[in-house]
This record gives sequence, structure tokens and C-alpha cells, in this order.
Amino acid sequence: MNFLNEQFRLKVGLAEMLKGGVIMDVVNAEQAVIAEKAGACAVMALERVPADIRKEGGVARMSNISVIREIMRSVSIPVMAKVRIGHFTEARILEVLGVDYIDESEVLTPADEEHHVAKHDFKVPFVCGARNLGEALRRVAEGAAMIRTKGEAGSGNIVEAVRHIRTIVKEMKQLTVLGKEELVHEAKNLQAPLELVEYVAEHGKLPTPNFSAGGIATPADAALVMQLGAEAVFVGSGIFKSSDPEKRAKAIVKAATFYKDPVKLLEASEELGDAMPGLDIAKLPEGELMQTRGW
Amino acid sequence: MIKKARPIIGILALQGDFEAHKRAVEGAGGDPVEVRTKSDLDHIDGLIIPGGESTTMLKMLAEEDLFEPLRQFGRVKPVFGTCAGAILLAKEVLNPPQNSLQLMDLVVERNAYGRQIDSRIAHLEFGGEPLEAVFIRAPVIRKAGGDSHVLVSYNGDPVLVEQGRHMASTFHPELAGGAAIHRFFVEKVSSSGKRKIA
Repeated sequence: MNFLNEQFRLKVGLAEMLKGGVIMDVVNAEQAVIAEKAGACAVMALERVPADIRKEGGVARMSNISVIREIMRSVSIPVMAKVRIGHFTEARILEVLGVDYIDESEVLTPADEEHHVAKHDFKVPFVCGARNLGEALRRVAEGAAMIRTKGEAGSGNIVEAVRHIRTIVKEMKQLTVLGKEELVHEAKNLQAPLELVEYVAEHGKLPTPNFSAGGIATPADAALVMQLGAEAVFVGSGIFKSSDPEKRAKAIVKAATFYKDPVKLLEASEELGDAMPGLDIAKLPEGELMQTRGW
Repeated sequence: MIKKARPIIGILALQGDFEAHKRAVEGAGGDPVEVRTKSDLDHIDGLIIPGGESTTMLKMLAEEDLFEPLRQFGRVKPVFGTCAGAILLAKEVLNPPQNSLQLMDLVVERNAYGRQIDSRIAHLEFGGEPLEAVFIRAPVIRKAGGDSHVLVSYNGDPVLVEQGRHMASTFHPELAGGAAIHRFFVEKVSSSGKRKIA
């Protein structure tokens, strides 16, 4: 089984190290340094944060290489970078560059509407977004070593992230009470490989860490998705689109550690300045949703 | 009849793979508890500092006023650091230089093998048994001085070291199958403490 070999275990191993932490979107080295100083466990390099991609439109691609390289030089924590869904050439370039994780991300404009990257063929690990268990397991089958719920990136609205983590956790729980023949049927319903469905049924969890992303704007948001079962959080626009990024970054780091401790969450929520402006998902036109990219 | 209690092993749970350590401690005969605040240190017999990001843990130690309490704890009770934990235990940290608890006589260089694509699993030996050593963006111990004792080496560098009551590894025993190294630490904790019940 691919998902138990040494290379895959090393990829999952790095994801294990990021648990309980906050991975922050940054667009340049200066932001990366602020993120590291605030206690980010990794940074995600991208050319524009999702809120700006949403506003400005156009095709969003892999970041400028010189910017990623500068970020890698500026911080000692792991550096991730995004590629377009299905764009295996962007991924090869980032692998040679030496980024620590690649996010095959719905936040960028998809390069392929039918195929995701065959991720087992790479030495560099991949993280992929998912809205439900079937999607998560299809990505793991392709070789993703970390799953993050998609939420709705750049919205500043936690509702989709909550929906996705609740869905995945519920679907995993349901598998644990089924018999062998029922799992075959579920594999058909989930459109996911039987061996992965069986793994989840036996362990009650994914074979990879399960993080949350897409809409986290406050320390309380981070603690909410972690209480619902996320093992770490990605914060995109939520930090550098707020009025005091450094303070907010620190506060979200604190919330990710003390997510079960309301007294500490109160401390983390004090004097934060303004959060990023949020969007009502129900009012977004279908074509502007990022979460429906990929399958 | 005097029966030894299962030692209570605290696991620093600010960030990192503390869950994996909890499972490993259970398998090695200890009772794991998560440590996030000063008062959590009062009830444990030994402490594990897990893998994760040492810079993140360092910020939180300062932010939560845990730095000095951990140093004090280390003066009387055993501490085991894996990867990021080993970096925090060292006397001196390189690449880049950063603050540390200075509980062991080690000079440690961060990310010394390179980036994630240079992460690896090495098949080594510990106490005559096979040892699977999982290195993830691992540091290298450039010097193990004082009365420290190298238990396992890889490519000529120490990767598992003990010094008095403390231990440090640059790899992740919590991510491998065997419990030998955690058992070694749990026994160290049992023999250093006098906590016994009738």
C-alpha cells in the first residue's frame, strides 16, 4: 500500500510536526519574518492573498520564484507554496526549488478541470483541500500527505470551514460502525478507494493529518475548527488583511494551542484591532466560489 | 509488597507531534499528560519536549512564562527532547543562533541535513535491537560535551544522547514502531524519582 511506504511516512511526518500550529499565508519575505516572529509553524508563499485574488480577478498562478526563494532564505520554519490544481509542471519546479510542502490549491485558477497532480510521484509532500470525506480520500489516494478542509478562502467567513470539518468528521464516525460489506458500498458512495475507506473505518481518522483552512479570521475561529476536529489551521487573508497583523498572528497562534481553554482564548482575543472584512457566502455568485474547484 | 507506580510523563503540548508521544509513552509503561501551563509541571515525574517547530515553541515558552519553570524542572527531574525538543535542550543552537533551555551540554545545528526533501528514515541499532530512525528536517548534534554519553550515532554524528537524567534525539522515536527508546526514558524517570506506592 502506497500510503504506508517510507517516503509517504516522511511526508506525513512533517505534517505531524505542524500539528497544533498555525500556517500563515505570506506574499513576501517581510511578511514571512513577521509570521515567524509571531510563532507561525510554517508559512505559505503565494502571489496574492485569497481576498485580493477574489477582488482583482484574473488568473492566479504559482508565485514568482524569486519571491519564494527570498522567503526561504528569510525564515527557518518550513516554507510551503501553492500550485494550480493539476499543474504538475509548477509542482516539479517547486520541488527542485526545495519548498517543504506544496499546496495544490483551489485558491489558484485550476490548470486542469479533470485531473489533480499524481502526487506519489514526487519526493516533496503535498497538501490538498477537501469538502468531504470522499474528496479527502481521493486526494490521499493520489498521494496527498496532508488534508485541509477548503472552507471558502478570502471570505473572512468561517461558515464553510465549519461545514467541511463537521462533514468530514461525521462521515468518518459513520464508517467506524459499519460491517465489511457495508464498507464496499460506502466506498462506492464516497467514490474513494476501498483500502482507504477501510483504514478510516478501523482508525476513525484519515491516514494523514487533517487541518482546516478558508475563512479563519479570529482566534475564536481557529479554536472553533480545532474543537471540531482540525489538528492545525491555515490562515490566509485573515492576518495580513487585518488592522494589526503581528498582534493578530500571535493571538491566533495562542488560540491554536489553548483551543480548549476559554480563559486563554479571552486573553488572545483582547485588543486585537479590526478583523478583515467578511463576505456573506450566500450572496457570492456560484462562479466566484473557490471551494467548488477540484473534485 | 512494594509496587512501582506508572510514572507520569508530561508532554509539552504547545505545538508539534505531542499526540504521537502520548501513544508512545502509553506503550512504554508511562502515564502521559499534556503540559501547557506552569501548574501542569507540578504533577509530573518527567517531561518530553516533542518534535515541532522550535521557534514556535520558544515564542510560546516566553509568552506563557514557561521558560524559567521548565529550566527549574530540568534541574531536578528528567527531560527528553526529540528533534525540536533536542534543540530546546541544547547549550548552544546554530543556524540561526537562538535561545534555549541549556539543560544539556550539546551544540545543535538546526535543519542541518537540508529541507524536507532531505528528510529520511535510517535503519540503525539501539541496545542490540534494530532501530528505525525517522529524521524530519532534522538538526545535527555538532558537539556532545561534558559528561554526555552518545547512545546512537548516524553518519558519525550523535543522534541519541543522554546526560545525567536528560536525553535528546535528533530523530523521532514517536513516529517509529518500536517503544524501546520511550521505555528507556520511562525507566530513567522511574529510577530517578522515588515515587512509590505500597
